[in-house]
Amino acid sequence: MTAYRYDYDVITQWIEPGEKVLDLGCGDGDLLKHLMAVRQVQGYGVENDPDKLLASVKNGVNVIQMDLEKGLIGLEDGFFDHVIMSLSLQAMHNTQGILHEMLRVGREAVVSFPNFGYWRHRQSILNGRMPVSESLPHQWFNTPNVRFFTIADFDALCEMNGIAVRERLAFDEGKLMLDEPNFLASVAVYRLGRNG
Amino acid sequence: MTKMIPPQSVGVVAPQRAEFTEPLALRSGGTLDNYQLVYETYGTLNAERNNAVLVCHALSGSHHVAGTYADAPHNVGWWDNLIGPGKPLDTRKFFVIGVNNLGGCYGSSGPNQINPATGKLWGADFPFVTVEDWVESQARLADRLGIQRFAAVVGGSLGGMQALSWALQFPERVGHVAVIAAAPKLTAQNIAFNEVARQAILTDPEFHGGHYYAHGVVPARGLKLARMVGHITYLSDDSMAEKFGRSLRHGRNTYSYDVEFEIESYLRYQGDKFAGYFDANTYLLTTKALDYFDPAFEYGGNLPAALARSSADFLVVSFTTDWRFSPERSREIVYALLHNKRNVTYAEIDCPAGHDSFLLDETRYHKLLSAWFDRIEV
Repeated sequence: MTAYRYDYDVITQWIEPGEKVLDLGCGDGDLLKHLMAVRQVQGYGVENDPDKLLASVKNGVNVIQMDLEKGLIGLEDGFFDHVIMSLSLQAMHNTQGILHEMLRVGREAVVSFPNFGYWRHRQSILNGRMPVSESLPHQWFNTPNVRFFTIADFDALCEMNGIAVRERLAFDEGKLMLDEPNFLASVAVYRLGRNG
Repeated sequence: MTKMIPPQSVGVVAPQRAEFTEPLALRSGGTLDNYQLVYETYGTLNAERNNAVLVCHALSGSHHVAGTYADAPHNVGWWDNLIGPGKPLDTRKFFVIGVNNLGGCYGSSGPNQINPATGKLWGADFPFVTVEDWVESQARLADRLGIQRFAAVVGGSLGGMQALSWALQFPERVGHVAVIAAAPKLTAQNIAFNEVARQAILTDPEFHGGHYYAHGVVPARGLKLARMVGHITYLSDDSMAEKFGRSLRHGRNTYSYDVEFEIESYLRYQGDKFAGYFDANTYLLTTKALDYFDPAFEYGGNLPAALARSSADFLVVSFTTDWRFSPERSREIVYALLHNKRNVTYAEIDCPAGHDSFLLDETRYHKLLSAWFDRIEV
């Protein structure tokens, strides 16, 4: 049994029944399986880790092996209704490239990530140690994360790249944070589109 | 002496034969008025008749996919590591069928069999057959066995092309399709390798226009060369380097054309062995079937349009070091299926053994196949 991921509920709300959905870094396929069950989506996962790929196959979802760092070569422009990346963006080197690719093949992109600006994370740094928390569960020496950014950083990146933030929800360990999300929220979930 | 049958083996098997008298119209324009197919089955067809899996063979394969023969205990089926009780394609669940394709040399109608119209061996007069013709004949065998719909059709390399063709020719008759180490069509480079192999056979003085049986000879040199070329393309540069490197048989250069490097010894051995049991006309016909396969051709090269007819759930598998049927070619199939919103899983297996990887029991590969076959409900 995998840990309950509260970003799944938000993502599910943003998906209409019967949509074509692509889930990047789908892991064991739990989110896709959930979306297939409650939204009857035609879903595809993308995974490059053989063990996770196998878990997805066992979970009964469609999964395509692909290296996301190389983009989404071969996938058609605007084919998917939603392209999801749940808690994986911070583990990718080519941040701008994959955001561009998500909005190339999808009408909208849904991205969730841990907020490094969360007050507990700031406190940890002030105390001289790298943060370890529910949303950042790894130690600095074994973390898969390679990009460290805050909600404010991501907003600025979207602005710089002409990406429209259509909706943003931020949470503190599952609780919706409406005020000061960059300080009070540990995880943010974005619904993104192309400007214009 | 009794031979120990290893656990998880289907054990001793025996080929069966089916005769067909309804003429088969071939893509080449010819017709086979009557023909026979040799096949083997493993496991039991269930009462609902919905647990049948067809395994299609590649260039040099046969109907002998799993198990051994009572009179030849060392003749183990070519995909025995995949098929058996408790193996990925589990014969406790599935009824598995292997069939020797038309034009083959293992007992089905082909160049080395008698042409009923003349009472003589077909030889070079056996008509050209295509992947589509094979699938048509396999469907008739399914009719004969009372199988309306296959739970799955599975194949590697040229066998994968047949599996893909099944999804297009008989979409209502196949629930799942596994296309392994295959391609939606051959590249020019791939056809080029086949052409070198064919020229080796066709220019062998003992080929006699394909009627070498009548002369009591076989074009063994040509067939050997054809196999040597093929073998190079089935292995990866790395696996050859690992296996043979520049190892010298005599530990030094002998400045002769006898075997010096171990790779030479290996290729000659493989070539001689193959020439001793395979039929040159079958090799010619089968390489042509490979070259002709191109389901997108009648759609102006548009593979997504060609695959629109399919309705099966797909598994597509490639191997990272396979340069004869590279991962890029498998991805073309995946993208075309995605375009049509078909259910598809695609895995790129990291295996050093090149094209031949699909025949190995590489752990990740077999775990993946197990998981995929487990999903099939019968």
